[in-house]
Formats: sequence, C-alpha cells, structure tokens
Amino acid sequence: MSSMRELYQEMIIDHSRSPRNHKKLDNPDLSARGHNPLCGDEIDMEVKRGEGGVLSEIGFEATACAICTASASILTETLKGKSEEDARAIFHRFHSTVTGEVEDPYPSDLMKLEVFTGVKDYPSRVKCATLAWHTLIQALDENNGEASTE
Amino acid sequence: MSSYRKRCQPLVNRNPEDGSGLNAGEPMSLNVHEIQKHFPGLNQQVHGNRLVYLDSAATTQKPVAVMDAVDSVYRQDCANVHRGVHTLSERATARFEGVRKVVAGFLGISDSREVIFTRGVTESMNLLANTLCHLDSGFQPGDEILISSLDHHANIVPWQLISEKMGTVLKVIPCDDAGELILSDLDQWISEKTRVVSVGHVSNAIGTVNDIDTIFAEARKVGAITILDAAQSAPHMSISPKNIDCDFLTFSGHKTYGPTGAGVLWGKREILDRMPPWQGGGDMIRTVSFEESSFAETPWKFEAGTPDIAAVIGLGAALEFLDSIGRDKVCSHETRLLQKIESALKSMDGVNVVGEPSLRACCVSFTLDGVHPHDAATIMDQNGVAIRAGHHCAMPLMKRLGLPATIRASVGMHNDEADVEALLQSVEAVREIFA
Repeated sequence: MSSMRELYQEMIIDHSRSPRNHKKLDNPDLSARGHNPLCGDEIDMEVKRGEGGVLSEIGFEATACAICTASASILTETLKGKSEEDARAIFHRFHSTVTGEVEDPYPSDLMKLEVFTGVKDYPSRVKCATLAWHTLIQALDENNGEASTE
Repeated sequence: MSSYRKRCQPLVNRNPEDGSGLNAGEPMSLNVHEIQKHFPGLNQQVHGNRLVYLDSAATTQKPVAVMDAVDSVYRQDCANVHRGVHTLSERATARFEGVRKVVAGFLGISDSREVIFTRGVTESMNLLANTLCHLDSGFQPGDEILISSLDHHANIVPWQLISEKMGTVLKVIPCDDAGELILSDLDQWISEKTRVVSVGHVSNAIGTVNDIDTIFAEARKVGAITILDAAQSAPHMSISPKNIDCDFLTFSGHKTYGPTGAGVLWGKREILDRMPPWQGGGDMIRTVSFEESSFAETPWKFEAGTPDIAAVIGLGAALEFLDSIGRDKVCSHETRLLQKIESALKSMDGVNVVGEPSLRACCVSFTLDGVHPHDAATIMDQNGVAIRAGHHCAMPLMKRLGLPATIRASVGMHNDEADVEALLQSVEAVREIFA
C-alpha cells in the first residue's frame, strides 16, 4: 500500500477534507465551470482581479474526488496574487509534471504541488488533478465558459 | 414479483444432464473453480495482487470457447456473409446464420427470423426509436413514450432524440428511496397517448430487478409497444418472451460473455414485418435501382452493411457456454454472492449500500463516508479489485438518489467467496487511507 500512501499523501487528504477557499466570491470578475464526464466531477471556479490584473482572490466549489478537490484547494493558495501570465506558466509546469513529461523538481515556491506528482502513474486520475487548473485557465480565456476534460 | 420466479425456471434445457461436468453435488450448485478455468483473463496479477474482477456489468470476461470461436472465424472461415458462393463464404454464412438459431434457443422462441443482430442494446434502442416512429400512422406530436428512472442512458437518449424530431413526450416512471420503481399509480404514466413503454429489466447502477410484468400489463391495456432492455438480466437469469409478455427484447453480447460488437434485438415478427428499415446499404436490399430499392425480408432488412461476423459467431459460443453451465445455477450462485456482499457491507461502519430493492441481481452499489468513489476505485484497484466508480450511465438516477457517483461491485458466474473477501478487504484498505 506504500504507493497508495504516496498518491494519497497527508496534504491531499487534509486539503480534500478541509479545502481552502471553498466558497463563492462576492462579485467575481471571472468564472468558469469545469466538468469531468468520466467521473462526474464538477467544479465552479471564481476569480477576482486586483491591482494590475493580478488574481487577488480565487474561490471554488466542487463535487469531486479527493485529488480534484485538493488540487483545486492548493491551486487557490498557489495562484493567489499571481499575474495572469504567471498563472498560465504555473499551470503549464504543473500539467507537464503530472503527465510525466517533466521530471525536474519544482522551484521552492511551488513545492506544495509536489504532492500531486504521484498522479502521473495513474493516467485515469491525471484529469482529476488537472480539472481545477483547466477550469481556471478557461475562466481566464473566456469568462463564464465551460471546461471539460474530454 | 412473478418475474423473479420465472427467471429461475429453465427455459431451454439444452443440456439436461449437465454434460459440462461443472455440476458439483446439489442440483443448483455450480462448481465455480471449474468455471474459473474457462476464463484465462482472470488468471493474472494486478499491482502484485490476484485480479478480482467485479465489473461484469460493464463487460464480462470472456471464456476460452468464445475466443476460440472468434479466432477460428479469422483463421478458417474469413469471408463475407450472404454473398459469396465460394466455400469460405458458405461456411461463414452458415456459422453466422446458425447463431440466430442459438439465440432463438437461448430466448426460448421458435422463429429465429425474429432475431436481429445489432451492435448491442444502444444500437437496438436507436433502431427501435427510429423505425417505430414511422410504424403505421407514426408518432404524432403529443404521443408519449414511457421509460423508467432506473434506466441506462441507452434507454433514455434515443427516445429523447426521436422526441425532439417527432414532438413526442418522454415520461418517466419514478422510483422511491429504496431504488424501486413506484408502480402504485402507473395509470398516471400510461394512457391512450402512450405509444411505447421501454423499460430496463435490471438496473445496471443499483441492481434492482424491476416488476416488468406489472408495467407491461398496464401498457398492453392501451396498446402500447413494449420493449425490454435485458442488458443486465440476460447474463444473470433465464429470460424469454414466452414468460415475459413484451414486443421487443434486447441484450448486449459483451455483457453476456460474448465479444464486443454484437448484440441481439428480438421482436415479434408481425411488428418487424410492418416496420420500415433503419439504416440503408448493402445486405438489406432485394433490388436496387437509382429510382428505388426494395428491401430484404425480416430480419435482414434491419442489418445493413457487413456485420461484425466474428463477434456474432463469438456471441453464439457465449450463449451456448452460458447455457451449458445453466442460467438457473448462475442465477442462484450470483444471488448468494450478492446477498453476502450486501450484508457484509451493511455491517461495516461508514459504508452505505445504495438502494434496498426487494429483488436484486447483477450488482451492489455503495458509498463510503468521506471518500469519493473515484478515490476508492484507485485504492481498490491497487488491491487487485476491479470495480466501477461513477454514475454508471444513469445520471438521472444518481440525481434522484442525491449522489454524484457510487462504487459498484457487479458479479459474474466466475466470482466466488474469496472475491467477496478481497472486496471487503479492499474497502478496509480505502478506509485506512482515509482514516
């Protein structure tokens, strides 16, 4: 079961049980809905922009598995205060790592994302780990849009 | 509840002495260890653990007899059917058409020309929706089609699509919290406007065996066409239009130990003969000119194009295999296993069995407190236990039950007590991780 402990690390269990920023925002500037038809996971992402367009607040509501919920929770902490450009770059880095394309360790400010690296060995679960991120990018691309993993 | 009793009555005893040698002792017992030898796919490890396959409702593992049949088609009898005069084509045609008789025997019917080969239940339902809408005077706007809240998407979406086109109204028999259809006020759902009543026999999502006799009796009173989706009953119990009074019955080969790509639609000849063809093309015609075409007879007018010949022949081998074991024995064996699974799960803290049908077949669905089914499925797979997590192509039912998804353990003839034990241990493993 050691590989399962690796996949479901304490931090993932903790964030899935007590997700951070699991709330609706007042007057969000951007929002999008994400959906994984394979498992029925659904997520609503909302973003408030601050000075200079930075993502000053991110909130989400999800009916989803532990990996998806924890990923959304950690996303909201990781991307808060980042510029849109940085957010896209971090998404790209995260995506490359969970799909196994990139094996380099994360830079120190993104170390929290390391807990999802084990997902690369479970192809059907990669979509769980990336749904929140795809949804956030969808909100940046097209407000009120819909993202799907399929 | 007469359907349940009927399902344990042998329809066709093609092997009265049980010459398969699989019978160990008492009449209704089945020698599961002998049966397991027929399924080479079971003999493997997954993540270092013995594979425990509890996903037969998605698709069954295949017995050697089926693989051999498919293999021999391509090795010896690879030719198109219904068109060549050369020897290989004659052989392929004879084997292909021979399966119609096997299916007739499996269903206990006398006229094998009532058997249409489709790709499975989904295609059968699309065929029915697209041809019944033009039968006789055709569907009129405001006519109604009745399905059930326990149905698979295959018995929902084709009727929705045709309703959009024809202006018919889709009605749904509701279910209660136990996952049983509410039949006390059926007259609310069935009226003179009802043209088609199409219902699943066994719920693929929660295992309810529906009281189809009551539903179809009410449908007959208003002259509605009755269709039975037997996808989840054909592998588990004896079913026959002789015992279940319906106009059409359909099942998928791949859920009945056959290959993917072939399924069966049975229909009453007098209705089939009046129905227009569905898809047009080769094989379904008598003559073709650029002005008009005339069509082949039933069943060939519904089988346009080259069929999945090998899959159909494999399906024949699967049905013969299933009947050589005996569906009544399979039924009692599986019912015993399902009862064990259900009662063991109910005795565990934090485990919720979904639905409490009075008659169960096929599967047990459950949820775990504080654990999403998808996380459970990954951890259970790590233990070698293959179950399904998700909405089971029954999203309206999941919504009715207030669940995004469930964990479903579905059984086949090869499952045994050790599999049940492994299932329960894997559930414990999930709870440990999420403790």
